[in-house]
Amino acid sequence: MDLLEYQGKQLFARHGIPVPDGRPARTVDEAVAAAKEVGFPCAIKAQVKIGGRGKAGGIKIASDEDEAREHSGAILGMDIKGFTVHEVWVETAAPQIESEYYASIVFDRGAKAPLIMLSTQGGMDIEEVADTNPGAIATLHVDPLLGFQDYHGRRLAFEAGVDADLVRPVGAFLHQLYGTFIAEEALLVEVNPLIVTPERKVAALDAKVTLDDNALFRHPDNANLRDPSDEDPQEQMAHERGLTYVKLDGDIGILGNGAGLVMSTLDVVAHYGGAPANFLDAGGGSKAEAITSAVEVILSDDKVKAVLFNIFGGITRCDEVANGLIEAFKTLEPSVPFVVRLDGTNDVEGRRILADADLPNVTTAATMDEAAQKVVALAKGEVLA
Amino acid sequence: MSVLIDNDTKLVVSGITGREGTFHALNNQRYGTNVVAGVTPGKAGQDVEGIPVFNTFRDAVAETGANVAMIFVPPRFAADSILEAADAGIPLVICITEGIPAHDELRVYTQLQRTGTRLVGPNCPGILSPGKANVGIIPASFFKEGNVGVVSRSGTLTYQIGNTLAQAGFGNSSIVGIGGDPVPGSSFIDIIELFQADDQTELIVLSGEIGGDAEERAAEYIADNVTKPVVAYIAGFTAPPGKTMGHAGAIVSGSKGTAAAKAEALESKGVRVGRTPTEVADLAMEILGR
Ligand SMILES: Nc1ncnc2c1ncn2[C@@H]1O[C@H](COP(=O)(O)OP(=O)(O)OP(=O)(O)O)[C@@H](O)[C@H]1O
Ligand SMILES: [Mg+2]
Repeated sequence: MDLLEYQGKQLFARHGIPVPDGRPARTVDEAVAAAKEVGFPCAIKAQVKIGGRGKAGGIKIASDEDEAREHSGAILGMDIKGFTVHEVWVETAAPQIESEYYASIVFDRGAKAPLIMLSTQGGMDIEEVADTNPGAIATLHVDPLLGFQDYHGRRLAFEAGVDADLVRPVGAFLHQLYGTFIAEEALLVEVNPLIVTPERKVAALDAKVTLDDNALFRHPDNANLRDPSDEDPQEQMAHERGLTYVKLDGDIGILGNGAGLVMSTLDVVAHYGGAPANFLDAGGGSKAEAITSAVEVILSDDKVKAVLFNIFGGITRCDEVANGLIEAFKTLEPSVPFVVRLDGTNDVEGRRILADADLPNVTTAATMDEAAQKVVALAKGEVLA
Repeated sequence: MSVLIDNDTKLVVSGITGREGTFHALNNQRYGTNVVAGVTPGKAGQDVEGIPVFNTFRDAVAETGANVAMIFVPPRFAADSILEAADAGIPLVICITEGIPAHDELRVYTQLQRTGTRLVGPNCPGILSPGKANVGIIPASFFKEGNVGVVSRSGTLTYQIGNTLAQAGFGNSSIVGIGGDPVPGSSFIDIIELFQADDQTELIVLSGEIGGDAEERAAEYIADNVTKPVVAYIAGFTAPPGKTMGHAGAIVSGSKGTAAAKAEALESKGVRVGRTPTEVADLAMEILGR
């Protein structure tokens, strides 16, 4: 789960990391009131879960009330890389920034250890630095069972070329950042920029935090930060029913069990010239009710012209899937054609149940290839031979 | 032969008294796997249809000589259970549990590197050595003994590919699900190394998917160490690119991780990649000449 900048900063503050004082606001009036509370000059910052807000015009400094009104009015409702800004964060502007550093800790799957990165060339062009001058980014993997040691901080600071008087404060900052990463079970904590003030102090001016969904049961406060309005309405509906659903652009609804098989189904449909409308994983052990819900979610997308069921039963039983489909037809009376392929646990039983039910508009297929070819033809409005 | 599990396997199941645990332990036993014990804290002295239950892995190992553990407990208890099995000296732990926190997986992985315990999973369907033993949830009736070794990150996709191969007349030495979690205990490379050394295996099928760089690493390893033919499949060519927030991901992995990048990495090392599961079977037929 990704956090908004200000949610990340609130998390940082709980772990003693210095961040500017600020307030969230959802309307221009709220933003102006917030600006008066934090004082001028203040930064007005778009809250969307994507990087590069500054370059997109989503971050502006206001030196008085009029500017606060003007900037928040411009930023609220703005579109940044497909994300609409519904909220701004109004925070004390750093009066003078001597340097912008970059600091992050990422859960490095490849190396199987937390990876700390530090650079003195932070700011909005860090990706370019990574491309053209990777040596400017100091990196270090931490042994997860040993944890952060003070020398890690010193080594990174010296290697990144941090000024001598800042080696200790930067090391201490990284220590706190590592503490946050571990305590909150994050997959990413990134601070860009980590600023140096004229008083030679460091502070986090930005926060990008990704938390591990699987660990939220241990962090109820963080779990409450989930914002259902982030999700597309169909995705939200699927989520509430315990299904994994991702909306795509095509017109062929897809249901399968197991993420790998569903991904493969999308590929095979595309291979035969079709365009999938969604990814839907009904999960291992899909029960009849789950199937009914899944059909409802798929059909709630009115672009869908035909639906493919591709089931290979392991824990999932094909007879359960067949019964779920029959139930779904009773309650939802779908008007689009379905192609169903059932293999695996109890497949013979499942196919017999479907044959007996003789549902209108349902075609069966013996293999994944045949199923994909049929559904592609049906979505194009062709009549099957 | 086969890899990892066979007729010498003595299985202990953690979570055997739970609904799913009981169902699959008995299912594995019915297939012919020697299930010698279960572990559920506080339930020592009970049994599950004759399989004795112990409080700890230590007791189970001391009493039964168990040499493989299967973990079937809920996510919040799974890391602890894996560590306990390793501490009891069990050399192979197979974890079926899905949804374990990533930081737990990281601690477990690091500790197991030190104890020398092999972990397969988590979030995997287990291992099947047809005709010998089945540990996990793979529907065994679809597979027969043969010369194709399969290693896969996804459960149901493994069945799909295994089944396509079976319909083309191939059997399997072993089918190993390594799971799709951020920190799998065993990588493609670990399992491919075993298949390379296994005399029953004549062809290796690798089934990967988008994300991470395990397939790219496997490609490098195969080029340098594997003499047997390898056929690969990668799922996720049409998956939409995930939106990333920070810069760290891009700095670490660049363009790695897409299906196209993985297929290209494998093909550049001479591994043939099937575009559909059916094509994988076609390639197997071409190579093994049937
Ligand atoms: N409180 C502040 N005071 C002064 N300047 C600020 C403040 N917040 C942000 N800025 C300036 O705006 C720039 C961009 O802000 P920030 O890093 O928060 O957003 P971003 O553009 O989304 O980040 P990224 O490029 O890392 O994705 C900063 O590098 C900094 O120069
Ligand atoms: Mg930034």
